[in-house]
Amino acid sequence: MDFSLAEERRLLQDTIRRFLANEYSFDKRRARVAGEEGFSRGTWKEFARLGLAGIAMREEDGGLGGDAFDTLIVMESFGRALVAEPYLATVVLGAGIIADAGNEGQRAAWLPGVSEGDKLLAFAHGEPGARYAESYVATRAVREGSSWKLDGRKSVVLNAQSADAIVVSARSSGKENDRDGISLFLVDPKAKGVSLRPYATQDGGRAAEVELHGVAVSDEARLGEAGHAMPAIDAALDRANAALCAEALGVIDALNEATLEYLKTRKQFGQPIGRFQALQHRMAEMTIKAVEARSMAILAAAAMRQGDARERSRRVSAAKAFVGQASRFVGQQAVQMHGAIGVTDELIVSHWFKRLTMINATFGDADHHLGRFSDLLLTEE
Amino acid sequence: MDLDYTADESAFREEVRAFVCASLPKEIAAKVHDGKRLTRDDFLTWHRTLAKKGWVAAGWPKEHGGPGWTAVQQHIFDEECAAAGAPVVLPFGVRMVAPVIMRYGSEEQKRHFLPRILSGEDWWCQGYSEPGSGSDLASLRTRAERKADHYIVNGQKTWNTLGQFADWIFCLVRTSTEGRQQEGISFLLIDMKSPGVTVRPIRMLDGEHEINEVWFEDVKVPVANRVGEENKGWTYAKFLLGHERTGIAGVGRSKRELAKLKEIARRERSGGRPLIEDTRFRDRIAQVEVELMALEVTNLRVLAEEDTRRAPGPEASILKVRGSEIQQSLSELQMQALGAYGIPYVPEALDARWEGDPVGEDYAAPLAGHYFNMRKTSIYSGSNEIQKNIISQMILGL
Repeated sequence: MDFSLAEERRLLQDTIRRFLANEYSFDKRRARVAGEEGFSRGTWKEFARLGLAGIAMREEDGGLGGDAFDTLIVMESFGRALVAEPYLATVVLGAGIIADAGNEGQRAAWLPGVSEGDKLLAFAHGEPGARYAESYVATRAVREGSSWKLDGRKSVVLNAQSADAIVVSARSSGKENDRDGISLFLVDPKAKGVSLRPYATQDGGRAAEVELHGVAVSDEARLGEAGHAMPAIDAALDRANAALCAEALGVIDALNEATLEYLKTRKQFGQPIGRFQALQHRMAEMTIKAVEARSMAILAAAAMRQGDARERSRRVSAAKAFVGQASRFVGQQAVQMHGAIGVTDELIVSHWFKRLTMINATFGDADHHLGRFSDLLLTEE
Repeated sequence: MDLDYTADESAFREEVRAFVCASLPKEIAAKVHDGKRLTRDDFLTWHRTLAKKGWVAAGWPKEHGGPGWTAVQQHIFDEECAAAGAPVVLPFGVRMVAPVIMRYGSEEQKRHFLPRILSGEDWWCQGYSEPGSGSDLASLRTRAERKADHYIVNGQKTWNTLGQFADWIFCLVRTSTEGRQQEGISFLLIDMKSPGVTVRPIRMLDGEHEINEVWFEDVKVPVANRVGEENKGWTYAKFLLGHERTGIAGVGRSKRELAKLKEIARRERSGGRPLIEDTRFRDRIAQVEVELMALEVTNLRVLAEEDTRRAPGPEASILKVRGSEIQQSLSELQMQALGAYGIPYVPEALDARWEGDPVGEDYAAPLAGHYFNMRKTSIYSGSNEIQKNIISQMILGL
């Protein structure tokens, strides 16, 4: 058992933090998210230059051969700085699923490009009727000779408007909730029949509703075996949720530090408000949550090494449920203890709070994951 | 970063498991699993078994007869003992007074007391709290007046766990009223057989006799039984309270109780169906299991750190708060699983020898009492509110 950071990970952490401290102040972030794309392509190239885009990618695919603990370090730092660049969509989701399910040609076509910062991806899986149900796919894929025709609608597809390719899940057989019958396709967002309804997200990010009307996709664009994509989708969602737990960790720590500082400096009734026990105990509880949330993010990252998919998902759901609850508590209390300044746009506190709230809503909130964990109790042992 | 146990640690776990399986009497394990009353002999039998193996004082260094285990090994040992249904090794001697004697005691005290703690010859209890001194422990008033080579002790201690079986009590007593109240306290070791010591039972909310009050009336205590310096007892008291990190989270026991909760939820029926199929109840099990996972990893992080560098610190407060809350949740859900069968009070069923007709399922009788009893965990050894004060002051600097 070893909870220390290996030397190269410590260096990685220092490098990212130094870069973000210089280049990603709150004011600079504000300018970025106000722009057309909601992020900076130049910064994205810088991330790639630092090795972050390929950090957890296999070396033969053009990456650095790291694992989920490297992703944890990147995401934790990104959380603190509220990085808006499409790391989750492109690297964790898009590249992750291509690395997992793609053939050699597909991996060669996309992964080195992602690693170098030249290609952006998105993952279109969720649908309006699915809420968070992992295997609910109503979008149809009908085989027509050597190609497929896709019809359906995908909801809240993160950074779809910037993607060079969108990985789309669609069903060629079975009912909406069946685990069998789902396939994955690499879809060109500019292809005929693809229409996007792009929008900003509550936390300054970007996403889109993606409509597919008779979109023709060649069979070469299919990722993995036809009709059997669920294991790859489960793995992709687990990977994303583990990464989101790490990101939330960065935000939670940042909020706690800011709140503690505020308790020590803000004076009322002639003394720092941190002298009041009601606030001291709240802060102690936020600290406990942060310590435990870190444990769960570590557990989720470690789970990605699990060979057993059920156990991997069980642990990731436990982590996402716990971190979601902790995020809600810390976020709300940090705002509360800042008082009125906490509910302004001016202070970064409200932006951290909003990001935590949206992390919770992304790929399953605390209730969803607690339920998934809970349902696994029925088939335990 | 690696969450897995090393090969050595896994081999150690196997060794502990094999020993516990072979050495723990089945009837004692059954009592623990079923929540039946444990006797003085049950505790002592297990204590002596471990002592013979050299494992009873898991946290002690080798020079004093401990196994010299790492914190992670101690945790593994705790987990295996708990899972097997071993009685806890009572902390008062092994984990509380012994580290104080090791650190601050005289050579003579070490020579005399430590081996007797190891062997189980002396049963210790704790004399900290008083009727007027709970969270504000330093306000204690039990007086010890110096008369030549001994002290005359007068006063009252309370909340003495299993003091009815104790041979010795370690006490905080007031030896001076000068200066700050913390500065006039001394740490005495008192023979419970001394004339003037009276133990009275306190019946607790579960109807059981686990706790006592201890009265001292002109009790003669040799000065040689004072640990360390006169009026420096507060330092030793704080050392004692902050010393214990391994085991404070109670992860092993909570894992055992979680397994029991699931078993009960599979056996209980709700509307004719297994209770575990009731989503509302199952989600509550899931919630406490998720919290226990967070506690377990946090505990391992703290232990791993303890092995690599630091002395015990305020992280103990985090483990204490969460560990106690989780124990309470588990006991509450076990009782709640029974539905209306939590209501009957059948204390004779707590006696393992009782052969009467149980009311409801055979596991039902102890559960409500256990829930009531576990309310103590957020109150004892520094209430959870005191722990939050410690976190605020020591970790956060508020």
